[in-house]
Amino acid sequence: MLASVFIVMGSLILIVAVITLNGVPSLSLEILTQTSEGGFYLGPGGGFLNAIIGSLLLALPATGLAFLFSIAIALYLQKDFLHPSFANFIRLCLDILWGVPSIVYGVFCLTIMIAVGMIGGSLLFGIIALTLLEIPIITRSIDESIKMVPTGLKESAYSLGSTKFETAVKVVRRQAMPGIIAGVLLGFGRGIGDAASILLTVGDSNYFPSSITDQTAALPTMILNLVSMPDQVVQNKAYAVAFILLVIVLLISIITRYLTKKSSKHIIK
Amino acid sequence: MKKSGNNQIETTALSVTIHSNPVLKNIDIQIPAKQLTAIIGPSGCGKTTLLKSFNRLLEIQDGVQIQGEILVDGVNIMSSGLNVPDIRKKMGLISQKPYPLPMSIFENVAYGLRIHHDKTAKELEDAVQQCLTEVGLWAEVKDRLHDPASRLSVGQQQRLCLARAIAVRPEVLLCDEPTSALDPVSAQQIEKLLLKLKKEYTVVLVTHTLRQARRVADYVIYLYFGMVIEQGPASEIFTNPKNPETKAYLSGEIS
Repeated sequence: MLASVFIVMGSLILIVAVITLNGVPSLSLEILTQTSEGGFYLGPGGGFLNAIIGSLLLALPATGLAFLFSIAIALYLQKDFLHPSFANFIRLCLDILWGVPSIVYGVFCLTIMIAVGMIGGSLLFGIIALTLLEIPIITRSIDESIKMVPTGLKESAYSLGSTKFETAVKVVRRQAMPGIIAGVLLGFGRGIGDAASILLTVGDSNYFPSSITDQTAALPTMILNLVSMPDQVVQNKAYAVAFILLVIVLLISIITRYLTKKSSKHIIK
Repeated sequence: MKKSGNNQIETTALSVTIHSNPVLKNIDIQIPAKQLTAIIGPSGCGKTTLLKSFNRLLEIQDGVQIQGEILVDGVNIMSSGLNVPDIRKKMGLISQKPYPLPMSIFENVAYGLRIHHDKTAKELEDAVQQCLTEVGLWAEVKDRLHDPASRLSVGQQQRLCLARAIAVRPEVLLCDEPTSALDPVSAQQIEKLLLKLKKEYTVVLVTHTLRQARRVADYVIYLYFGMVIEQGPASEIFTNPKNPETKAYLSGEIS
């Protein structure tokens, strides 16, 4: 038991320490407030604000879209609406999708891009790839939290004359809220950190994207580009980017904690 | 079968199987209006199943098959084409473990009013106060109406569930061992409330404590292994049971 605690804590501390120690020295106000136009990949100049904005522009809409699909699917999977054996089959499909490597989503979207003649990558197809990646994660998390809602609570709502829809939206949703929030932020965390699914779909850019069909930079792909450069100064910038990504992911964790606690206020145990 | 005018609920040849196990067999009962009917019998004899068949709550479980007729106010609630929420609205349910809705004390009582009627904020407040007063909870919660209902004690939660049920003005209160999870004082409060409420509502009380049935029941149905062994006015059943099995149960030989 103690060994597993050490392994988990140790690897977390090690990752955070390596990234912080290597990343923080390369951080500066300039690198956070400038785009990578000019010599970002060549020498000490430039910044990666365009990648931060790009990542947010990819992950936020993708999480929003994925949530809309997921909440509908998760509600429909409940036995009040769908026969349990069919629902379990759909759960199996979602679990398989959850396990599909993200590069496969990327290749899938690339195929569509080629089919519609949009070669070179765009924000739009990055969002589509991330949405597909996040749907199984968010759906299954919401589904599990809804399944945990006690039958007695649903019976209470039904016996007051609620319809299935009212019960789902007014009672079950409230009870499942902490799980729903956790699921959405889990999806967002996965989406913003995933490199493989956007590698083939968003292309790259040194500027802010100005439309949904523009190519864009993103934090995970930028790390990949930076470490493949021969210059040590440029390689160190990868740690700075990784550090910012880490900060974003930690922030998501803290926000999740706060929101789930806040929405647990009315939960019936 | 005779259809007397003051029977609120009647069943004819009601049989229920859950996952092909017969739980209720050929039940013919009459539940008189505006009286307190106790359904008694040992654990696992189908009391709760019978209770939940009256407001069609059974069908939210898997593998339930129901045969026979259940008449509520002379209408067979099992016939197709009926609006199930309307049937359930007529029947308040008080379960064994209180399940307040995941919202504030005020919203718990207001919930039913909100989904069924368009009421102004003032009307809602008045109605909530009236229902909470009726169950004797108003004085205890009036300063913290917007606190989560989950912070109340279990006894208070059970009274809140009662207030929430009567807010939608049902005709029947279905009570599934409502006092079994409560401390003696809270249990007594609920019992007294049920006695008060039976003047306005038909109360069906499932209980496995015989003493409780003796204290409150006007009419008694004795269920044993999914069959009705005996039913009749409480005075007759408790003093002069006709069936030897009822006699054995009342004397404590079967428990």
